[in-house]
Amino acid sequence: MNPQTAAMLARDIGAGLAAIGVAGAGVGIGHIFSALVSSVARNPASRDQVFGLGILGFALTEAVALYALLISFLILFG
Amino acid sequence: MAAGPSIDALGQFQLATSLGPVGAAVNFTNANLAMLLTAVLVLALFGYGMRTRALIPGRTQAAAEMGYEFVARLCQDIIGEGWQSFFPFVFTLFFFILFGNLVGLFPYFFAFTSHIAVTAALAVIVFGLSIIVGLVKHKLHFFTYFMPAGAPKLLAPVLVPIEILTFLSRPVSLSIRLFANIVAGHVLWEVFAGFMLIVAAALGAIGIAAGVIPLAINVVLVGFELLVAGLQAYVFAVLTCLYLHDAVHLH
Repeated sequence: MNPQTAAMLARDIGAGLAAIGVAGAGVGIGHIFSALVSSVARNPASRDQVFGLGILGFALTEAVALYALLISFLILFG
Repeated sequence: MAAGPSIDALGQFQLATSLGPVGAAVNFTNANLAMLLTAVLVLALFGYGMRTRALIPGRTQAAAEMGYEFVARLCQDIIGEGWQSFFPFVFTLFFFILFGNLVGLFPYFFAFTSHIAVTAALAVIVFGLSIIVGLVKHKLHFFTYFMPAGAPKLLAPVLVPIEILTFLSRPVSLSIRLFANIVAGHVLWEVFAGFMLIVAAALGAIGIAAGVIPLAINVVLVGFELLVAGLQAYVFAVLTCLYLHDAVHLH
């Protein structure tokens, strides 16, 4: 195997490993919306206020998933 | 094993000079053109929308008023006392990023928020503003922000560096969040479009039928990208308001 192919192989493996990081964000986002649904079920009147916080939390957690995806893209295409 | 036809996912973010020879002379890029278009669209929405000034608004005026009230309510709720001074800045920021993201969704238009230079500039402006506001309002008392009240003084050598680090990571996270969201969305589009073409080219008649699957995924992604465009503008504005609240009220 020449160094060229080895480098391409290593790059692809690295990109795959980096993408594993998005799993944590999946768990986190599920947690946020589970808390959102529970709290709205407890107190339906608080829906508007809690929904805003829930969406903010979702976006912040999604950002972490995207950091991992960004590293993966940088390895694969950069 | 040789690599098959590769998909050029990042080439779409390349800057090119627009507006022909005039643009090439001053290096007016496609990103600049998109920003100009964004500014014109925002001004059009609010300029033409509020032109009639009817007590009972028509559609455009209602849209403009809803946008205004949304950001005003956001500032009022989060910044609290003295929100009026920061409202024009947050308003401009929110609508610039929102319309910038939305303009980038259209084919052959450029998403200028997909460049880390643009998002980093916006984040550094927000960060710098929060520091300047904090220092001007509280002078040296501003630095007590890094020692949370009610924490035991013994933990200060541990807590203060962590707090400072968290504070310094704000422009980094703010810029990368917006940049990575927009880039990821556009790269996904490009990749699935590439799949569609590869499948159609490789498998002939079956390939063209099978190419409908990546196309369907791309259609779903359009909806998702619309959500992300709005959401990321909202998150940027909310975090700006939060940082300004911290600077003004120091807790």
